[in-house]
Amino acid sequence: MAQEESPEYDVLIVGGGGAGLRAAIAAYETNPNLKIAVISKVYPMRSHTVSAEGGAAAVIKPDDSLDDHCYDTISGADWMCDQDAVESFVNEAPNELLQLEHWGCPWSREADGSVAVRPFGGMKIKRTWYASDKTGFHMLHTLFQTSLKYDPIQRYDEWFVTKLLVEDGRCQGVVAIELATGRIEPILAKSVILSTGGCGKIFPFTTNANIKNGDGMSLAYRAGIPLKDMEFIQYHPTGLPFTGILITEASRAEGGHLLNKDGYRYLQDYDLGKPEPKPVLRSMELGPRDRLSQAFVKEQERGGTMAGEYGHYVHLDLRHLGEKIIDSRLPFVRELCAKYENIDPVTDLIPVRPVVHYMMGGISTDIDAATVLPGVYSAGEAACVSINGANRLGSNSLTEILVFGARAGKNAAAFALEQKEASSGLQAQVEDERNRLAKLMLGEGTESIAGLRKEMHDTMEEGAGIYRTRDSLAASGQKVRELQERVVNVKVSDASHTFNTDLTAAIELTYMLDGAEAIIASALLRDESRGSHQRSDFPERDDDKFLQHSLAYREPGGSPRIEYQPVSITRWPPAKREYGQQKG
Amino acid sequence: MAEETITIEVLRYLPENGAEPEFQSYDVPLRSDWVVLDALNHIKDHIDGTLSYRWSCRMGVCGSCGMMINGEPVLTCAAFLTKYAPGPIRVEPLAHFPVVRDLVTEVTDFVDKLKHVKPWVVREEDKPLEEGEFKQTPAELSDFKSYTMCINCMLCYSACPVYGLEPGFAGPAALALAQRYNLDNRDEGNDERMARLSNDEGIWSCTMVGECSEACPKDVDPAGAIQRYKLAGAAEWWKSFITRKGK
Repeated sequence: MAQEESPEYDVLIVGGGGAGLRAAIAAYETNPNLKIAVISKVYPMRSHTVSAEGGAAAVIKPDDSLDDHCYDTISGADWMCDQDAVESFVNEAPNELLQLEHWGCPWSREADGSVAVRPFGGMKIKRTWYASDKTGFHMLHTLFQTSLKYDPIQRYDEWFVTKLLVEDGRCQGVVAIELATGRIEPILAKSVILSTGGCGKIFPFTTNANIKNGDGMSLAYRAGIPLKDMEFIQYHPTGLPFTGILITEASRAEGGHLLNKDGYRYLQDYDLGKPEPKPVLRSMELGPRDRLSQAFVKEQERGGTMAGEYGHYVHLDLRHLGEKIIDSRLPFVRELCAKYENIDPVTDLIPVRPVVHYMMGGISTDIDAATVLPGVYSAGEAACVSINGANRLGSNSLTEILVFGARAGKNAAAFALEQKEASSGLQAQVEDERNRLAKLMLGEGTESIAGLRKEMHDTMEEGAGIYRTRDSLAASGQKVRELQERVVNVKVSDASHTFNTDLTAAIELTYMLDGAEAIIASALLRDESRGSHQRSDFPERDDDKFLQHSLAYREPGGSPRIEYQPVSITRWPPAKREYGQQKG
Repeated sequence: MAEETITIEVLRYLPENGAEPEFQSYDVPLRSDWVVLDALNHIKDHIDGTLSYRWSCRMGVCGSCGMMINGEPVLTCAAFLTKYAPGPIRVEPLAHFPVVRDLVTEVTDFVDKLKHVKPWVVREEDKPLEEGEFKQTPAELSDFKSYTMCINCMLCYSACPVYGLEPGFAGPAALALAQRYNLDNRDEGNDERMARLSNDEGIWSCTMVGECSEACPKDVDPAGAIQRYKLAGAAEWWKSFITRKGK
């Protein structure tokens, strides 16, 4: 087996979630003769797209407009997104969701059989398509099942990528471990798409699945590609304490209320509008996530939250919606509360607190999903185009994986068609990588994986949470640098070649530390507050200095270097973000 | 006072050392909010880094962490330790699948079976996107919605006595998936799927004991899906004579 010739693909997709599978199908549709492969450390249907709940935004109803979707996205992003990218995204969104409808996605429906839409945070009109409250699950399974139709799309399930192969100025494939056997093989390709998701697991309290370690971000970073806007990290306002399980924003869109310890809708005190019995768009509980999570911290400081075993919390109240609405629109919320919290939202209040949810930043790409390294493309949460800026609006990310997944697939395919055969010098790199991994497996290190991970978690929560300061960031930065030095000496206690998850956990830890360092360096140098990046020592937005994307490059010694790139502004000049404006 | 603990007995197996599988015991804290998966993570992080198992979302939707607990197939992320107190709790890999190592099973057979039932919208002619969405009323959606809820956790295969004896059997999840598309008003692939499944390895192998639906954590009711298929299949058999006569 090991002696067989290295496989060579035209388009190799790393990550089999929504963005990766959409990219694979788009590459096939660009040219059915291309050799396409999807490599993923888990079976594709295990990918974290599966956990997305609320919905996917796209303009389809006659009372909506593309410009409105653009404006909501741009203001939600605190003007940090590229407006040309947002326009492309908004324009292509409806067809992408329709395509998924034609592929069988079980979207929820209106009585007349048309696709139903629901309101969502920060959106001024109902435009979120949904499949009850398991939208990501249904999208992922629809994409996976549809991808099975295309025989030329090959899969490497449970292969773990450890390195990008770069030679002659372009990426030519990856090195990966087959988990079942432990063999380490090159998989060559003329173009590579990184769609590996985000890195929420850098933080201790997160909605993110165990697999979300920023693998692709780190692989790109180590290959010289900058990570963009890493300081912008979304805290979702409603996670279950302890588990961090997400209670979807759709529960507030359907009319749920956030209550402090006195049963008071405290958001009214934080410039988010006035409480009304029915949900009002872009107001109160339907404000953007950054503002709601920040309001929680302020409410905690004011003494309005409740202390629990796993930190402070407030209550999400769905009781007034009634069993019928909860069962038809939010059945998964009810199931999650019953199975994991032993409560019933029909009769009980749900304890919730802000939880790390989504990385606005990621592998820097242009509007075509291309990175600065020829042959490398990226899409989905792993990437930063950017359409999410300083704060992503709920229900834009599921659409983003389709729009930019498709763009990545198409453009990677076009790039591949222009390339010649692989360079001859790759084998030496492969041998080096085999040696590096073999050394790691000797188990001669002394630092515990779980120990280092916990130290990383603690310092990230302490220094780079919802509110940050120069001092907190500098201290955490120092700590993460120390961890980077110590992780070289990490102990892999498992010497087996069969499904060695101790080895992969050690490598994932190194990926997360890269992400952590980029996050902190970017946050430390951004002396302003914008969207999800709140600096207590610089509480105002500073457009003169910081209407710029941060780009974190990895220096040869490993530390980050930050550069800036102007934000693209087309038709929507920076303005104040306003929510809760009652009109008429 | 020392923290209360519970004993987890995990079936360990490593093919490289040639030894037979054997149980290994670990004592873990018995905490009221911990599930079996938390206990396995505690073992992995603090007691024995060589233990191998799959997990990801920890919220019952990725389908990775199914295992046998005290002989029953369950999702370990939803199995509270207190339910099994005072223990010990026996944790084994999902039944009826070959074991790769420890609690990790070989699942390629299952994934191949999904593809076998053509789980995609089959149409004679694709509808152009410009024509907008297919109309599908809430009632039409509810015809197949429950069959879309399968998370591919494979608990039903571990529960299915037929799959245990006849690995060629397409099995509960794959057959429910076939029905998911057959009953979707956007799909026209019923006949193609029926042609593939109307043989001994398909629906007729099912003995209707219903263990699959019992085991399903998402109320998909694969047994019901198979029953509908059998009825449709029997009707097809009669219909085939009528067609022949008409030629």
